Amino acid sequence: MTPLLALRGLTKAYPGVIANDAVTLEIAPGEIHALLGENGAGKSTLVKMIYGLVKPDSGTMQMRGADYVPTDPRAARSAGVGMVFQHFSLFDALSVAENIALGMETPPAMRALATQIRKVSETYGLPLSPDRTVGDLSAGERQRVEIIRCLLQDPKLLIMDEPTSVLTPQEVDILFETLRKLSAEGTAILYISHKLEEIRALCDAATILRGGKVVGTCIPRDTSARDMAELMVGSTLATPKAAAHNTGNVVLDVTGLSAPAPSAFGMALKDVTFQVRAGDVLGIGGVAGNGQDELLAALSGETPCAPGMVSFLGGDLSTIAPEARRGLGVLSAPEERLGHAAAPNMSLTENAMLTGAAREGLSVRGLLNWPKTRAFAERIIAEFDVRTPGPDNAARSLSGGNLQKFVIGREVLQRPEVLVVNQPTWGVDAAAAAAIRQSLLDLAAGGAAVVVISQDLDELMEISDRFAALNEGRLSAPRPTSELDVEQIGLMLGGAHGIEVAHV
Amino acid sequence: MIRLEARPQPSAVMAYATPVLAVLLTMIFGGVLFAVLGKDPLQAITTIFWEPVFGEFAFFYRPQLLIKGAPLVLIAIGLALGFKAGIWNIGAEGQYIVGAICGAAAGLAFYPTESAFIFPLMVLAGAFGGWAWAMIPGVLKVKFGTNEILVSLMLVYVAEQLLASMSLGLLKNPEGFGFPGSRNLQQYASAHNAELIAGTGMHWGVVAALVAVIFAYALLARHRLGFAIRVTGEAPRAAKFGGVNPGRLILFCLGTSGLLAGLAGMFEVSGPAGQISIDFNVGYGFTAIIVAFLGRLNPLGIVAAGLLMALTYIGGDIAQSQLGLPAAAIQVFQGMLLFFLLALDVLTNYRVRFGSQEVA
Repeated sequence: MTPLLALRGLTKAYPGVIANDAVTLEIAPGEIHALLGENGAGKSTLVKMIYGLVKPDSGTMQMRGADYVPTDPRAARSAGVGMVFQHFSLFDALSVAENIALGMETPPAMRALATQIRKVSETYGLPLSPDRTVGDLSAGERQRVEIIRCLLQDPKLLIMDEPTSVLTPQEVDILFETLRKLSAEGTAILYISHKLEEIRALCDAATILRGGKVVGTCIPRDTSARDMAELMVGSTLATPKAAAHNTGNVVLDVTGLSAPAPSAFGMALKDVTFQVRAGDVLGIGGVAGNGQDELLAALSGETPCAPGMVSFLGGDLSTIAPEARRGLGVLSAPEERLGHAAAPNMSLTENAMLTGAAREGLSVRGLLNWPKTRAFAERIIAEFDVRTPGPDNAARSLSGGNLQKFVIGREVLQRPEVLVVNQPTWGVDAAAAAAIRQSLLDLAAGGAAVVVISQDLDELMEISDRFAALNEGRLSAPRPTSELDVEQIGLMLGGAHGIEVAHV
Repeated sequence: MIRLEARPQPSAVMAYATPVLAVLLTMIFGGVLFAVLGKDPLQAITTIFWEPVFGEFAFFYRPQLLIKGAPLVLIAIGLALGFKAGIWNIGAEGQYIVGAICGAAAGLAFYPTESAFIFPLMVLAGAFGGWAWAMIPGVLKVKFGTNEILVSLMLVYVAEQLLASMSLGLLKNPEGFGFPGSRNLQQYASAHNAELIAGTGMHWGVVAALVAVIFAYALLARHRLGFAIRVTGEAPRAAKFGGVNPGRLILFCLGTSGLLAGLAGMFEVSGPAGQISIDFNVGYGFTAIIVAFLGRLNPLGIVAAGLLMALTYIGGDIAQSQLGLPAAAIQVFQGMLLFFLLALDVLTNYRVRFGSQEVA
């Protein structure tokens, strides 16, 4: 059978780096093909070439035996290639139908479009009302908007970039049902992920990239996750291990924390209650947009809360400013690296000053000690293996994983009593993620109270002693992780938000 | 085809090169403008840039450089602090006027008593006036989220009406034969901001400008508050995460820029201008915006930019009288400078590539 898409010897070089080096790949019609690799392995470049966003330097692409040379995404779409990006490109203030119309070359009349959307969404078990405002949708529902936008163009090949990173386990199951149905109808799917268990459950074949080259292919069902991971990384993986440690007194005590939503599309916190002891790692799971950012802001001091809601070692912390909280030893690292945890255009030295001033003694009576700050930045770079030419480089020049190591390292090296992190390993490659998780475990072993907010359930299962779920701004009662399995956690996260599986 | 490619880091070279390029481009296109107006462009440019410093009457124009440069630098330093933090005080002209009114009023209240305390009191009053006028947009922004650009700009027109009212009413010279305008402070020794060294143009405003430059430089380079200003301008959320209180920072930046503008007005009215009159303000508060950007919001750069703008003011005056260039042409010339500077700014963060289009 002719493959649907055949890539032969695709090469693309950027100044100083070969993003793709003679990549060869075949996808049959209806095949679900996984593209595996760490950050920077060349997955994005490869799919951008298929989607017409990047022109290859050499090599050929064939679609059903005919030459396929997409000059832009429009050409790719008309050849039957659709793509769902990891980051949604949707307008919060517009309705579902309006958002979909914006992505089409020649949108039909609104009423006809709404009918089409309803039809597609019913066929593939993706319930979605065309009239709803996107700002009110959950992340899973937003993804459905993107998927339906692609399906309306009747694609032969659907490219999905990390589609499950924002979904609950139940939502993932529903998505997989949809993808399997599409596959059964003959639509091929190129599925990018680094969640190996998902790939084993879903995909028919996998191609593994490392350093821009294809380093292996396998049948995921017959290959263990560990073997695939080691192919990706190219070496054996160290699993983070918690040292035996005892938990001590309650360090952080949050009682009845409530706060109004900071913006129209934010989430209010409702009666959040938990305690963390010294040496304890509390994992807080939840789908994005359920109050994670707001919870971190309340703990870091960015948004003040009413007296008595947050206390540290028995003292009330609620109305204390961020800087003073750091002085006491309550540190945090927000999710958004660029623009929130770090200032993109400022150097790493200046970014080390951002949170290190009080606790590292970098500022004495308001006067800044830059040599000492530089030394602190250099220490972070050395101890956390941050790949950068030096502390004078701007934060934005670092790759996501390296900047994340810097941000986490900046807080960990300040010897916190309490550390709150949000999405500590989001978009970070496996080796760096393992290093970050290990540093969090070491911190707890040293007697700190650690709160990890994350959407990566595997991560939370791996490092947290107790688990609680954040859903619609409410936090469930924390339970010991050892008593839980993924199914139970999924239900704690709010299940599948009342949506149903595809009717095949 | 020409396209722009993002630089991984802002270019340090370009940050310093763009002001020079902007001045050169302004000379070229200004020359074209003068040529179209039927003047010899080369002569016009030399009249503006050469005559005041090295010409026949340079002994007269050189002191003017300090007299015109000092208020520009003093105001621009304050504005730059705010601009760096993304707080846009466009109303320095109004704060300058109110500072002048308050300073002059404080002095005139004691007329004709002579005392060494009067001038310092006027300095305090001028600073307070400018500060208070800038606190109006500041407090409105912090309390109600109003736009400080609009409020501060509109308050300029309010201040101009206030100035007219003062010249015709409360501060009018009782011995002025009915002419609008206050008593001339140059004739009131205790209130006169006289030249410190005769024939140099050096007055207390120049001293204040230099002190402000040093203070601002140290603040931005070595103080926590200066760091807070820079982080807020670069990434407001990161600043808030780092512990900056945005409301307090807004009040500090607007208050400081108002205070310095008020001081500039006070030194002007008690020195070079001499009296409160309807046409007392000549646009220093607006020109200072150009000075702040031309100087890269950097205190030392602002000194150079302030002197350059003072030069175009003086040279422009000469060109008007000697070559008959219209005043509007000189203003267009000054405006071009800001235009080219802002346009060239793109080169700091992007490099220009020639060649075929390729999307990455």
